[in-house]
Amino acid sequence: MGALDLLSRDEAPVREASITVRDLSVTYPNGFTAVRDASFSLGPGTICALVGVNGSGKSTIFKAIMGFVKPSAGEVRLCGLPVDQAVGDNIVAYVPQSEDVDWNFPVLVETVVMMGRYGHMNFLRVPSRTDRRKVDEALERVGMSAYRKRQIGELSGGQKKRVFLARALAQEGRIILLDEPFTGIDVTTEAAIIDLLRDLRASGHLMLVSTHNLGTVPDYCDQVVLLNRTVLAAGPTEKVFTPKNLERTFGGVLRNFELGGRELHDDDDARKVTVITDDERPLVFYGDAPPQKHDRDRPE
Amino acid sequence: MVPLGYEYMWKAMWVSALVGAVCAFLSAYLMLKGWSLMGDALGHSIVPGVAAAYIIGAPFAVGAFFAGILASLGMAFVKQHSRLREDAIIGLVFTTLFALGLLMASLWPTSVSIQTIVLGNILAIPDEDATQVAVIAVVSFAVMAFIWKDLMVTFFDETHAKSIGINTRLLKIVFFTLLSACTVAALQTVGACLVIAMVVTPGATAYLLTDRFGLLVLIAIAFGALTSFVGAYLSYFVDGATGGVIVTLQTVLFLIAFYFAPKHGVLAARRKRQAVVEAAAETRAGAAA
Repeated sequence: MGALDLLSRDEAPVREASITVRDLSVTYPNGFTAVRDASFSLGPGTICALVGVNGSGKSTIFKAIMGFVKPSAGEVRLCGLPVDQAVGDNIVAYVPQSEDVDWNFPVLVETVVMMGRYGHMNFLRVPSRTDRRKVDEALERVGMSAYRKRQIGELSGGQKKRVFLARALAQEGRIILLDEPFTGIDVTTEAAIIDLLRDLRASGHLMLVSTHNLGTVPDYCDQVVLLNRTVLAAGPTEKVFTPKNLERTFGGVLRNFELGGRELHDDDDARKVTVITDDERPLVFYGDAPPQKHDRDRPE
Repeated sequence: MVPLGYEYMWKAMWVSALVGAVCAFLSAYLMLKGWSLMGDALGHSIVPGVAAAYIIGAPFAVGAFFAGILASLGMAFVKQHSRLREDAIIGLVFTTLFALGLLMASLWPTSVSIQTIVLGNILAIPDEDATQVAVIAVVSFAVMAFIWKDLMVTFFDETHAKSIGINTRLLKIVFFTLLSACTVAALQTVGACLVIAMVVTPGATAYLLTDRFGLLVLIAIAFGALTSFVGAYLSYFVDGATGGVIVTLQTVLFLIAFYFAPKHGVLAARRKRQAVVEAAAETRAGAAA
């Protein structure tokens, strides 16, 4: 009895995070099939990049995972549950793209984070002591406690992202969907957010990141799903994120430079250099080796 | 304090305050979404319905309801069968219906008063009309009190709202239904032309005063209720034009907030600029020394 008992009462049993997409096809009411026969599966403690051109079905996959569109064939299961049940259990949290949010809306940072708790409250949405505590903890974890009384639009791009991550944490979603999290954000901030994502990975969260920012994918994503109206390849980054696969994913859309080894410089490093870019951070391959992590991510 | 002796004055003041409060509640959302002119369109579109209701002796709310449906169907029809932009369609449909209403009122001048419809006439409102208005206002307010937080999430970040299981489509339908109903109610207090002020000004004023949505709603409601209550009282002295008095009071509050709001007002912005200039001058002086 006592304090320990009080603490544990409101903690729901934590399920292991997982996403299973099996033979998923989505056809919209106008007859357009956005995704056909897509399959991939992801487990806990994962950061997975969802990569593909505009119109390749990235947002349709997100919508299917959140239950906004019904599969015309196949199925999506989250933590082993059907989507509707998983959404009802607050398993899925969503971090929106910057353009989709009205930054002039008169809400404070703490109110935005509290919105993550709404699914846990009764229909009048009156916060309990637990709800307030979870909001405090979430703000603390992303380092935004000092900004809690600011209007959301007054923050910088990176701070806004951290607030929305805090909302996902407060929601206690084991699965977090991030829609273009690095668009319009400078490199330092990006690194800070990536650190935060790694931190969440260590605590067992499963993050699916839709991104055009190819260069940083090998830095922080351990899994990659390549998409073009279906899943072209899915698996560990070292195996899947190769020049050949990317060429298949993007067709002629990407800019792709190859610089010959010996012709470029006369030293021991005979590898050719391949640069692939989708107008954001370019991806650089040395020789035909798998993509490398940047130095700042190496231990020490 | 002459007019307070009359029962009809008290009735007019309370009914106005109720309508003012609920319209202000809605205004907090409407002005944030850039849908302010919808209130104007609705206010004008329902005029022929109200006129028809008076001519055949039906409750005015029923007439307004049918006119509202006619307006939305009309807009949907024109949109589907032309390449006109939305604002042009709204402009076309609501002026057409308003003109129709004026025409009806001028053809049957004994049963419908143009002045009542266009300017409102809460001081002379018949009891059964007052009851209709009060019921609309109280029910709408109660519904809003239940859904205000879900509506806030929906309007701020609809994807998140959906992802935590909020039925955003249903919420929006409820919101627009309440808006139509309250527009009908406000028609009785301030008239068709000034309905727009009731569903925009209080929210816009509160928006200048706070960044906290809950507080914004409270301020808006207080302003809406107060200006309507006092406006109805004052209108006794200027012989009738209640709508004009209420909206003038609302505008006065808005102007005060516009200039003196502590953070978002004109003076605050000027102070901030001055502070920046002074700080820069100081840095320069410091560097020179």
